[in-house]
Amino acid sequence: MTMGQQAHAEHLENDLLLASGDGDQFLTFILAGEEYGIDILRVEEIRGWSKTTPIPNAPSYLKGVINLRGTIVPIVDLRERFHLEHLDYGPTTVVIVVRVQTERQGRVMGIVVDAVSDVYKFKSIECQAPPEMGSNVDARFVQGLATVDDKMVILLDIDRLLNMEALTEILSSNA
Amino acid sequence: MTEGAYAHSNSQRHCGGVNGVNIDINQFVQSFLEESFEGLEIMESQLLGLKDDADTETINTIFRAIHSIKGGAGTFGFREVAEFAHGVETLLDQMRAHKRSVNPELVKLLLEANDCIRDLLIASRDGVSLNAQHIDRVRESIDELLQGPASADKAAPAPVAPAAVATAVAVSNAAEAAPEPEAEASPAPGAVTGFRIHFVPEHGILRTGNDPLRIFNALADLGELSAHCELDQLVPLDALEPEECLLSWQLVLKTEAPEAKVRELFEWVEDECELVIEALAAVPSADTVDALAEPAASAEERLDAPEDTGVADVHPDTVSDDGPTQDEIPAPKPADTRATPVAETAETAADTPTAPEHVASSAKRPPADTPKPDLGQARSTERRGGGESGSIRVNTDKIDALINLVGELVITQSMLSQIGEKMQNQENDACLEKLFEGLTQLERNTRELQENVMSIRMLPISFAFNRFPRMVHDLSAQLGKQVELRLSGEQTELDKTVMEKIGDPLVHLVRNAVDHGIEPPEARSQAGKSPVGVVHLNAYHKGGNIMIEISDDGWGLNRDKILKKAVEKGVVAADQHLSDEQIFDLVFAPGFSTADQVSDVSGRGVGMDVVRRNIKSLGGSVEVRTAPGKGSTFSIRLPLTLAILDGQLLQVGGETYIVPLVSIVESLQVRANLVKSVAEHNLMYRLRDEYIPILFLNELLGVPGTRAKLHEALLVVVETEGQKAALVVDDLLGQQQVVIKALETNYRRVEGLSGATILGDGSVALILDVAGLIVLGRQHSERHHQQKDAATAHTEAA
Repeated sequence: MTMGQQAHAEHLENDLLLASGDGDQFLTFILAGEEYGIDILRVEEIRGWSKTTPIPNAPSYLKGVINLRGTIVPIVDLRERFHLEHLDYGPTTVVIVVRVQTERQGRVMGIVVDAVSDVYKFKSIECQAPPEMGSNVDARFVQGLATVDDKMVILLDIDRLLNMEALTEILSSNA
Repeated sequence: MTEGAYAHSNSQRHCGGVNGVNIDINQFVQSFLEESFEGLEIMESQLLGLKDDADTETINTIFRAIHSIKGGAGTFGFREVAEFAHGVETLLDQMRAHKRSVNPELVKLLLEANDCIRDLLIASRDGVSLNAQHIDRVRESIDELLQGPASADKAAPAPVAPAAVATAVAVSNAAEAAPEPEAEASPAPGAVTGFRIHFVPEHGILRTGNDPLRIFNALADLGELSAHCELDQLVPLDALEPEECLLSWQLVLKTEAPEAKVRELFEWVEDECELVIEALAAVPSADTVDALAEPAASAEERLDAPEDTGVADVHPDTVSDDGPTQDEIPAPKPADTRATPVAETAETAADTPTAPEHVASSAKRPPADTPKPDLGQARSTERRGGGESGSIRVNTDKIDALINLVGELVITQSMLSQIGEKMQNQENDACLEKLFEGLTQLERNTRELQENVMSIRMLPISFAFNRFPRMVHDLSAQLGKQVELRLSGEQTELDKTVMEKIGDPLVHLVRNAVDHGIEPPEARSQAGKSPVGVVHLNAYHKGGNIMIEISDDGWGLNRDKILKKAVEKGVVAADQHLSDEQIFDLVFAPGFSTADQVSDVSGRGVGMDVVRRNIKSLGGSVEVRTAPGKGSTFSIRLPLTLAILDGQLLQVGGETYIVPLVSIVESLQVRANLVKSVAEHNLMYRLRDEYIPILFLNELLGVPGTRAKLHEALLVVVETEGQKAALVVDDLLGQQQVVIKALETNYRRVEGLSGATILGDGSVALILDVAGLIVLGRQHSERHHQQKDAATAHTEAA
């Protein structure tokens, strides 16, 4: 992790401490100029990009696995997951390690995003249900839309997004 | 549980009752159950070793085990268990006092009682209902046995020992109560109509302010009470202490009240008396006979059922069934079985003391089979379930060793950080040597720590072997064979997970050895062998593996018979040429059984293939050696642990992969003239006189590489399940032990991979699964051909 990222992470941590009161907190990140949010309680850690070990015959957005303190963690590239243009991994590329809850078990996975942005608190009334319209993201994965200073934040449902059964289905339908 | 502990908790219960002190006894119940199961195991193994009356030490050990169980069961409210154990204890007490001689029937009954107690404990623990008929049957057998000899010496002066008193009293009880089931017309068949209460107060009961009369009055309020007073213990008038109560009572209470209500009345005296309360059996009606016939029919169905349940049928408990087979016996009439033995006992008892036992044991047989399948099922799940519990008992020495190691690790760590500080202060040269010293020490510490931590999971294989003496004992009795089981290498240690999974395959192999391997005694004598067959279980370590051998000195495998059967069943073609080795290997083929008759014990054609599959899934192998007339030996090779693997590191397309060392046959450089192509795309390598398919790992794993550079590559020849394949790799790196990490934890299973590991530099390397790779290779070439076909079709169409 670079110094800049570290400073950023510390800044985020401060935000976390300041933020209190009603509403859910969301960590937001940037992906192709759009801002996305995920439930901050699901975030395990934020780290820089490191080389992964590719998994054979996996979908292309599964970049491989890394060693996270002795645990094998799969890494999903969100740009590829959303069929966005591929961006070369650089020093600002960030991996957000999240805990995904599925019916059977909890899983730890990493998602590759362009950059981490901020921490916001949203009350559920401030969120709008996802519209039926097309975007880069499949509406199934969107939990809601929120607004911060005229910016739109897309709140993602990571449980659905990173559901392994769904990932496998997509893989087999592609094959 | 020791007797002391029992006494202690017993007194605690009293505190709880009187002073309202609330102690959560659940935690004690758990350890009581564990200890009881251990006690039962001890009892079982000791019973099997019990030879004659002179073996006082063994009898004492059994007695102590059952006594602790009884005590604990009473304390924790397992009333049924306590009552049942009491009968067994009484029997053992008589054996201990040489009032009853040891004979095979008695041992058998005690073994059955052992099973019953286990079933009762499991039933109360899990809250499941169990088939009470079986329990009742054994209980009745015990009661009858207790009544038998005593009636023979009824004329003799009554002994003072309480157990003997109980026996004497029980006789009159039986004489009175036996006809009852028939005599009594019951409105609701099967419902409890009353209780038979056997009440033997201690002599000092009156001094504690308890008057039996008051209890009887209260009992009479519940229903119709008839009392019979026993005067056996009464002493001559001049020796009589007026404050002592030397009487005991036999009460029959006809009531609709539940047992708890009756027990409540004895609450104050239950520690000062011997109390047995049993429900009066209801009158058997046409309904109940039908009800009994029904399970018999379903049991018959169940006998066929296990065909598709895989290993379920290999369990000892289902085979330890020693009654006659299902079709031989008609649905038993409860009235007959209950009434006759008692009547006969009375008649024959006077002649010979052993006769009643005989009658009892033969009489108890008919109903035996009806409840058995249920119980067998329940027990098998227990044993398996118990074996796979999450906890593990660890030898304290192992823990001490670990603590020492961690201590050393801390010292090394502080030493290294000191060096680090000094280096910061520019004392480099002097420190460098020390640093290396520290690093060496750290390396040694970590390695030892790892070894020690791994060894915590290691248990002696005796845990798996323990069940066999009983199984072989039951099985040989059932089959009318004489079999001696020899165990060796029981202290060989094995990973707990491997141990749990190897249990069922072992059971199957031992069962086969006894059933198919060992000849009947006559056949053995004819062949000039000792009539007693030997089954030998041996375990030992061999180069990072554990070997388990099951050998018998029976007839050995019949080559021609196996081949004939295999052809019949379509396992092999009739004209196929097979080596002896390949023929013997056929016994592991699915749907193969050479037993002439489908017996209760084995021969359903499932099993051996399941055995092999289970062992394979543990990363092991099983093979058979045999000599006609001399016997056969099944050798199982298993990895010591599932967590660590000896791996060969290889490089393909810039990535590092690991192949388990056990599956590698050899590695060689490609010689172009030995590469042959089949249908252009599929390449074969000629290795001596064998053609081996070449698998291009880069294609299967989706990493960069090209077929053109085959001559520069290396081939790693691997073998699994008799199939060989040559893997094309860029380079061989080195061999090392790797810790296996599952990909399923955070991802899913991947075809061709058995897991991942973390290399020294912190990067992840994938562990290849050779069997999966061969499957992948086949799919890959099929896909290639399909694409080619499609392309051809396309061109033709154009």
